[in-house]
Amino acid sequence: MPRSGEPLTAEVAGAATVPPAPRRGRHPLLRYVSIRLGISVLLVWGVTLVTFVMTNLVPADPVTAVLGDAAAADPEVVAQFRRELGLDRSLPEQYLLYLQRLLHLDLGTSAQTRRPVLDDLREAVPATAELALFVLLVSVVVGVGIGVFAALRHRRFADDVVRVVSLVGISAPTFWLALVVFYVGFYRLGWFPGSGRLDTQLVPPPQVTGFMTVDSLLAGQTATFVNALAHLLLPGLVLTLYTVGLLARFSRSAVLDVLNQEYVTAARAKGLPGRVVTFRYVLRGALLPILTVVGLSFGSLLSGAVLTETVFVWHGLGQYAYQAATRLDLQAVMGVGLVVGVTYITINFVVDLLYAVIDPRVRRQ
Amino acid sequence: MTLVSTTTRPRRRVPEALRSPLTVVGVVVAAGWLLVVVLGPLLQPADPLAQSPDRLAPLSAAHWFGTDSLGRDVLSRVIAGARISIPLSLLLVALSASVGSLLGAVAGLLGGVVDEVVMRLADLVLAFPTIILAMVVAAALGPSLTNAVIAMLVVTWPQYARVTRSLVLGARDREFVVAGRLLGIGWFTSLRRDVVPNVAGPVFALTTLDFGNAILLLSGLSFLGLGTVPPTPEWGLMVSDGVQNFTAWWVAAFPGLAICSIVLAFNFIGDALRDALDPRMQKAVGSRAL
Amino acid sequence: MSDADGLRISGLTLELRGQRILDGVDLVAPAGQVTGLAGESGSGKTLTGMTVLGLPPAGSVLGGSIEFRGTDLLTLSARQHNALRGEELAMVFQDPTASLHPMISIGGQLTDHVRHHLHLGRAQARARALEVLEQVRVPDPAQALRKYPHEFSGGQLQRIAIGIAIACRPSVLVADEPTTALDVTVQAGVMRLLRDLCDELGLTVLLITHDLAVMSALADTIVVMRHGRVVEHGPRYDVIRDPQHPYTRDLVEALPDHRPRPTGGRP
Repeated sequence: MPRSGEPLTAEVAGAATVPPAPRRGRHPLLRYVSIRLGISVLLVWGVTLVTFVMTNLVPADPVTAVLGDAAAADPEVVAQFRRELGLDRSLPEQYLLYLQRLLHLDLGTSAQTRRPVLDDLREAVPATAELALFVLLVSVVVGVGIGVFAALRHRRFADDVVRVVSLVGISAPTFWLALVVFYVGFYRLGWFPGSGRLDTQLVPPPQVTGFMTVDSLLAGQTATFVNALAHLLLPGLVLTLYTVGLLARFSRSAVLDVLNQEYVTAARAKGLPGRVVTFRYVLRGALLPILTVVGLSFGSLLSGAVLTETVFVWHGLGQYAYQAATRLDLQAVMGVGLVVGVTYITINFVVDLLYAVIDPRVRRQ
Repeated sequence: MTLVSTTTRPRRRVPEALRSPLTVVGVVVAAGWLLVVVLGPLLQPADPLAQSPDRLAPLSAAHWFGTDSLGRDVLSRVIAGARISIPLSLLLVALSASVGSLLGAVAGLLGGVVDEVVMRLADLVLAFPTIILAMVVAAALGPSLTNAVIAMLVVTWPQYARVTRSLVLGARDREFVVAGRLLGIGWFTSLRRDVVPNVAGPVFALTTLDFGNAILLLSGLSFLGLGTVPPTPEWGLMVSDGVQNFTAWWVAAFPGLAICSIVLAFNFIGDALRDALDPRMQKAVGSRAL
Repeated sequence: MSDADGLRISGLTLELRGQRILDGVDLVAPAGQVTGLAGESGSGKTLTGMTVLGLPPAGSVLGGSIEFRGTDLLTLSARQHNALRGEELAMVFQDPTASLHPMISIGGQLTDHVRHHLHLGRAQARARALEVLEQVRVPDPAQALRKYPHEFSGGQLQRIAIGIAIACRPSVLVADEPTTALDVTVQAGVMRLLRDLCDELGLTVLLITHDLAVMSALADTIVVMRHGRVVEHGPRYDVIRDPQHPYTRDLVEALPDHRPRPTGGRP
């Protein structure tokens, strides 16, 4: 808003100078990025707090859970154990200790595997990541594709088909779908391997990335690569069905929203060919919400992974989390919570950065 | 068709949403399940808990849906499962909608520190995948039905809080509300008369959509052994029995189909409700150019 | 430009889901003149404008004729109509912040249809865009081409939107409430711009507005619509001074007596 002089006459004349650029923040983009980064760091701190509080306020006693009833009866053993974990200190002290250890990448020792949680995670995370990335890649192409297509065919047959298919995708329970796919694809048809990441008689390639497919290629083992890929297909299919449903639904409604925007009518009024209106105007407008959902779908993908991995005996993060949770392996649970939370926050941060790339309103001012 | 739309102008909302065949299918299926919940025991051919030596028996005249690993009649268990999964999920949705909406409304109305605390807490919960968080909470509390519901409550309230907060903020600043307040209408009256009606509709649509999620979450937890405990005839638990005995497909197939059908039905209804409430969706879109 | 570039709408009807929304609209909009289309919301004035552009709502059933250069626009195929749209028939919308794409630069939105319709190269289209921005009096055109809509004020943006509309040198410009969304202070400037463009380029301007004050300041001829029908049609002076139809009389009487006449200064 004008502050001084005779802004009104200038405006009326239609020759008003462009409003002065905001002085603060000479690099608006830098400012935006640092704000988003700050928020992400705060959230990560919040995640450490949540994992810590959650695992410390539980009524179940981890001592009994870890040591077993016999050892837990021995006060000597119990006291030793509690000291080891710092359980004899006050909660704030314990939290500080926890943070300190985190800074040294020390996530504690898993009670069930008797190994550092970090080492366990180093094996579990790539397994899930490989599955998740595989699924995300396929789902984004298929899901966004059919969602956009349905919106452009709004209220026609193709739209109804996509609506129903995507609803079925998100309505079928993942664990059941996993079982169905397992039964049909492996047991009945025998087309695909059933469980695990590799046939048992095959020797896994030396771990470089932790992705079986990539590592086997790096080692030049084509047969192993094919086998690893085949193992990915069934669990991948289960997760893809769900993620495609999710992405298709959101992309469809995002595009429908944009189709209602006046700038689309205006683009048509310019007499641009239909495909230009669609690709240049409609899809660009729908890109931000679609991007957001792709980011969010990662969370549901992880949820789905927990259930799918159980059925396919996929030794990933989901199975690890499940085993840790059911056996009250607190250090492992905290480790999983941390990894998952940080991953999620990182993805959202990346999505925020992409916003700035796509949207000039974010990029400038 | 065109005639109907012009003659039934008043009371447009529900009828228009209900006109879609998908919605009709949804309502019919949901009503069917409700009937199963009410009639329950009358429909069961056998005692859902009664074991028999006739284990993993395939479909037959005696056992339409076969028997499970303990020789229990799957059909009876699917029917009995409806009386567990459906009321429990309704309860969960009601609880989480009340708790979430209340927190969201308080955050939106009071603002300031309360708003910050509640919403940041919601952000944190949402930073974790639902089932992982629910799994951890349920495991920590110990496997029981009550604990499973508490765990699910912990992970489901934030979405209601978010929606309600934004609706309350929107309604609070609307001109007619501001005008009412200026005219001296009390805080509570204003809340009841102007804010609540604006919030209730969308929250209701959300609960319908969320009911499906509640069923999926509950059965998922039970499937993992963190929800209901055996021998309860809960659908998720029944599917996990099918994992051990996957060659007997009927053990898992029917409870799974039960989950699918009711979740799908509610998603159909929820979609229609949302479309009916969302004015943007009602605008005619598309033209010759596309 | 010759008179043949004007528009003649005869007996235009539009039915949507069984409802008759336009009920036989007759009007003549001659070239080089501003023809004002007045009426309350729902009277069908915007739909008339959109139908001229060939963009009626999906599912509309049309009747009557819209004559432009000896052809009836309603008989054109979608493709033919699309070819005229933007090149010969252009439109300015009410709210420039909504009608311009927020994520495409001004340069992009000013040149894409120019390149398509006039088959110009990138450089030529850019030169034309600079010319147009001068014409609609946007300061520093070269800089403006690189900017995005959110970096302009509403008045500037509407000038740009008008620039986009006239970029292909159309004969007909449909302006749907072009000043309604703007600050009162900049309305006059935009109105004067429209008037000047109409005079200089010999445009056929169809000005749609509910605001009789805007109408009386800008239009040569005023057409008053109600319930999808034209109830009054005549030179501005006559319609304002001596309304024949009772509805027009109500409208004119609703005008504040001492409403300051917009006097937009020159840049």
